[in-house]
Amino acid sequence: MTSAGIRLTSARNPRDGAAPLRARLVRRGTPWLFTLPAIVFVAVFFGYPVVQNIVMSFQEYTTSTFYSGHAPWVGLANYAATVSSTMFTTTMVNTALFTIGSISFQFAIGLALALFFRRNFPLSGFLRSLLLLPWLLPLIASSAVWKWLLDQESGALNEFLGLFGVDPVPWLVDPTLALAGVIGVNIWLGIPFNVAILYSGLQGVPKELYEAGSLDGAVGWKAFRHITWPSIRSVVSVVLVLGVVYTLKVVDIILGLTGGGPANSTQTLATNAYNKSFVEFDFGEGAAISNILIVVSLVFAMVYLSISRREPAA
Amino acid sequence: MRTARRRRGRAPVVAVAAAALVPLTLTGCGGSAASDSAALTIQDYYDDSHDPIYHACAETVGVPIAINHVAGPGLIPKVLQQSSSRTLPDVLMLDNPDLQQIAASGALSPLDDYGVSAEGMVPAVVKAGTYDGRLYGIAPAVNTLSIFYNKDLFAAAGITTPPRTWAELRAAAERLTGQDRYGFAMSNVNTYEGSWQFLPFMWGNGGSEQDIATPETEQALRFLVDLQNDGSISRSSINWSQDDVIDQFVAGKAAMVVNGPWQIPTLKEHEELHWAAFTIPTRAATQTTVAPLGGEVYTVPRTDDQARMRQAGRFVKCLASPEMQLESARIRRNIPSDLKVAAEFARSNEVIAPFVTAVRTARARTAILGPDWPKAATKIYSAVQTALTGKDAPAEALRQAQDQ
Repeated sequence: MTSAGIRLTSARNPRDGAAPLRARLVRRGTPWLFTLPAIVFVAVFFGYPVVQNIVMSFQEYTTSTFYSGHAPWVGLANYAATVSSTMFTTTMVNTALFTIGSISFQFAIGLALALFFRRNFPLSGFLRSLLLLPWLLPLIASSAVWKWLLDQESGALNEFLGLFGVDPVPWLVDPTLALAGVIGVNIWLGIPFNVAILYSGLQGVPKELYEAGSLDGAVGWKAFRHITWPSIRSVVSVVLVLGVVYTLKVVDIILGLTGGGPANSTQTLATNAYNKSFVEFDFGEGAAISNILIVVSLVFAMVYLSISRREPAA
Repeated sequence: MRTARRRRGRAPVVAVAAAALVPLTLTGCGGSAASDSAALTIQDYYDDSHDPIYHACAETVGVPIAINHVAGPGLIPKVLQQSSSRTLPDVLMLDNPDLQQIAASGALSPLDDYGVSAEGMVPAVVKAGTYDGRLYGIAPAVNTLSIFYNKDLFAAAGITTPPRTWAELRAAAERLTGQDRYGFAMSNVNTYEGSWQFLPFMWGNGGSEQDIATPETEQALRFLVDLQNDGSISRSSINWSQDDVIDQFVAGKAAMVVNGPWQIPTLKEHEELHWAAFTIPTRAATQTTVAPLGGEVYTVPRTDDQARMRQAGRFVKCLASPEMQLESARIRRNIPSDLKVAAEFARSNEVIAPFVTAVRTARARTAILGPDWPKAATKIYSAVQTALTGKDAPAEALRQAQDQ
């Protein structure tokens, strides 16, 4: 943007009068030339797939389509089939529970850890970097390990609980517990993100505020309530909104742990879209479900945009 | 310092050289596929152990070949991609339940054009390879499901003959269940694998994938629920793949497991394990076991080059010849598709004999529904999961899945 500004001012030089039309064209065209790479990038890597996905959701797009290129137009049939299926309510409820459950705990634990690590104690830097581990592991690897840890009969977690006389808990086997199990793993996975962002937000709170506050008796909870929280509120909203968008589209961890089972109890919009498209090869219906997911994510993305736009003014 | 600086100075040169090489290698790749047109391309999801068969047939047909092994789950996505870019291989292997869908897309050419016939082969093999009345795929060797059992545990429990009815199976499973061990194990996972494992019970009792909300299928599902309620089968079976099931067997945590002959090499690695196999029991002794047909078929995709397609046809014909059937049965622990060859194979291999019996009466998953089989398979595993998790009674679970 700055370079565009420089070019614009240089174009307004005395020679302007010599070739007014050309200069005007250059002046008008230059900003567009600078944004061209971004426009092309967005069009090719975001615009095209999204448009293609929307078109696909109105077609009967199956395995045959790949060879024949023939995808009959079916109008809203894919959406009708999606919404009228019993699976739709299940996946909507599961998606909501999964997202709310994951985000609330990820955030609460993440904030607690970020506050804890703000007091610099020996090895705190090292421990904080260890906390990033779940983020660094390939998701397929961590879901395989968690599947083993949560196994009912030989899982490490049940062995451990057994020491206290707890009966083996059917973590991933019982349909009422499976979603909780999957949410638990996703919380573990999301903590590093929350800690990293919230910790850097906390670093930005001026120390003087606390010093001044302590003179007025604002310590402990009061300091958090009246100094910390207002100072990091914008960071908090960004963490929450981004967290929601990331969580809505989680597929790999669920597929790795339960594959959406048992009895669809961990099936979300994202896993259902994956199943329809890449297991049942019903690409039309898969596209319809993922478009619904995109619209839901878009709502939260809008919230994010409006928050980040308000930020500089605040 | 000096070396570091020198290295830094060199980096751009290397980068430029690499950049210059990129188009070369790209054209090199494209060129080899186009110019080396004599080589027939073969695509499968096996591994190198299968290559000798391909080389032998290449010699018979007299063409050079290029073999491409793809990871199992990646095959169909790759085939779809190749279909749309018209870059399908000359010879394509497919898992038999996938054949109907790919044939329906028009990507395959009928094998009878090349004089390939499935005469003398197990009926299910013919059925699996036939779409719309014409043969599109042929399987040199096939497999099916049976039950492996631990001989030592059977002896310890005083069971002398393998169970032949569901009632006997249930009783045996209960007796074999003990501390840290289940009498019976199978995969009831929420994928097509789970449906495939349920089929012998459903079909053996007269159930059909056309409508799963029938009393016959309900009896089969109730039988599994009963086994689970007895404590004879782990509640975790709804999360187990077939490989997980065989792990349980090898670890001595399951006395009887539903599985296929492809596991025999794994079992043989464990010398301390004494095992044998029996065909899956039916509800009544008068019923015949109907197990699903497993195994891969070879096809000749439509390409622009008729002459190559004919060569590919001859290649597939060679793969389906009796000698190659035996060879691929030996390598993959499968059963030759030809009834006579299979009978000969059963005589030479006692372990495989129960599987040979089962293959003779096996049924192809796509036999009734053709390309629509995956929809039914989804309904089947959904119902099994709903019933085994106790969300609904078997009858209700099946009815819901059927209407899904």
